[in-house]
Amino acid sequence: MYEVVVAINIGIFTILALSVNIITGYIGQPTLGHAAFFGIGAYASAILTGKYGVPFLLSLPLSGLIAGFIGALLGLASLRVRDDFLAITTIGTNFVVVAIFQYVPFFGASFGLSVSPAFIFGMKITYVGYLFLTIFLITLTVLFLRKLEKSWFGLAMGGIRNNEGAAGSIGIDIKKFKVVAFILGTAIAGIAGCIYAHYMTFISSVDFAFATSITILSMAMVGGSGTIRGPIMGAIVLGLAPEVFRFAMNYRMLIYGALLIFTMRFQPEGLLGERSLLWTNINKLFKKTYSNKETESGIKNDNS
Amino acid sequence: MLLQQIINGIVVGSVYSLTAMGATLVYSILRILDIANAGAYALGAYVGLFSYVATDNLLLSFLIGMIAMGIWGIFVQKFLYLPLLGKSPLISLITSIGLFIFLGDFIRLWAGPQIKDFPADLKLPFSGIKTENLTIMSVWILVLLTTAILLLTLWYLITKTKIGLAWRATAQDLEIAKAMGINVNVVVAFNFFLGYSFAAAAGIMIGIMYNFISPTMGDVPAYKMLAIIVLGGLGNPVGAVVAAMLIGLIETLVGGYIGFFLPRDSIAFIAVIIILLIKPQGLFVRKNI
Repeated sequence: MYEVVVAINIGIFTILALSVNIITGYIGQPTLGHAAFFGIGAYASAILTGKYGVPFLLSLPLSGLIAGFIGALLGLASLRVRDDFLAITTIGTNFVVVAIFQYVPFFGASFGLSVSPAFIFGMKITYVGYLFLTIFLITLTVLFLRKLEKSWFGLAMGGIRNNEGAAGSIGIDIKKFKVVAFILGTAIAGIAGCIYAHYMTFISSVDFAFATSITILSMAMVGGSGTIRGPIMGAIVLGLAPEVFRFAMNYRMLIYGALLIFTMRFQPEGLLGERSLLWTNINKLFKKTYSNKETESGIKNDNS
Repeated sequence: MLLQQIINGIVVGSVYSLTAMGATLVYSILRILDIANAGAYALGAYVGLFSYVATDNLLLSFLIGMIAMGIWGIFVQKFLYLPLLGKSPLISLITSIGLFIFLGDFIRLWAGPQIKDFPADLKLPFSGIKTENLTIMSVWILVLLTTAILLLTLWYLITKTKIGLAWRATAQDLEIAKAMGINVNVVVAFNFFLGYSFAAAAGIMIGIMYNFISPTMGDVPAYKMLAIIVLGGLGNPVGAVVAAMLIGLIETLVGGYIGFFLPRDSIAFIAVIIILLIKPQGLFVRKNI
């Protein structure tokens, strides 16, 4: 049972790390307020199902839509406010959203909100059910991202990340791509929030504070931003770290901090990033057996 | 009432400006959002407290705290930030967050998780002002004076000395400064020494003002000072002071005078977001580009 709960948590954070990666990794915009959209999705679903009787299966996409809509506003702001200024704007967004959850009675204020249990086709979802639902959504997200990476859209995002001016000069509509990247990233985070709300059955504003945003971003960066495998790896490593170091209970945060410092200092591209030690060795291992893969990874290397 | 709120705002603002000055200096040279500066702020307060308990001399404990954190800053830039220079700013940001988490927990393990009293027995040569509808506590005057002295020292160092000239050149363009024969490494080390000792001074100051320190005391400054340095324009020390005063005043006036339903941290951030949407480069745009 305990293992299932840990697995669901890691799964939800995997979705979040993958979604923040669309914004920070693919198109290279700093965002430090991703937990806000995680929270918007969670609160949206809690209110839709609790107060308006919307079925869970419908509230799942709806909470994504609502988060994505507010994410679009942030995306529009990102057209005007850039780089470090944008980073601060996203931090600010996170604080304001959390404060609204905490102080507006409609959102349960400081008492938080209890969430009604979710039913699919009349059956209550168990913990194992949530695990499968999470894995299903991760698979869906990964398939979608694979498609995205290969598409014109993915290439354009890489171009904007590497050199915005150059990308604009060859006719890429930077504004459109930035806003769409924000919408996609925040909408997926909103869906993750919906699952989180129903699985926890109780949410409060603290769950979606700035610290959570940092955790999500750290996962993407530690694993290797700009890739699909990276955020998954990061979510597993940083999600498991507190469990693995349970024997050193008192030193957990110390170890967590040191883990962030050492990964970023010695593997700045992330554990599984394009030029990281681990990934290069894995590639070498496989190149011996499948040498025809070489061309594909060659193209990818130019991108980063 | 309004006058009282304005004075409160100025006191809060000057504390913010002292707190944000360390991170502003770091940002001005390396363009890093240095959250770990708030770690030095908390650690500096603890070093200050312990040396005050040991020596019973406030001025001396200020100096010990500042110098200890300054040396720590030189270590941080040498082993963490300089090797990451030129990589994505998010990488150094996550590094500095990691360092901040590490330091916070280090303090908790070292000094205990509980709040510690800062038993500063202030024998101030001046007393506070208290009239019917206006209170100025003596410790506020101390805060204002200390801030003024430290900021004036900084202004003197930057504008009147030779290393200050090198600092300004490096802040404008690190590569060109290097090409002109400035020893950039020394300037960066000097910059971190200053930045981290300012953080320590701010931490000790807060400890004296509120009479206590705790391992989590750096949490709020960690993000608020980022807002201040960015609002003040890219690492412009004067801009940071103005931005800090502005945020202090807005928080106090909107929170206390108008009465807003959200807490003061979110008032500050709403103000920052509005200002950034109007002026996307912050209040004071750097002239050189």
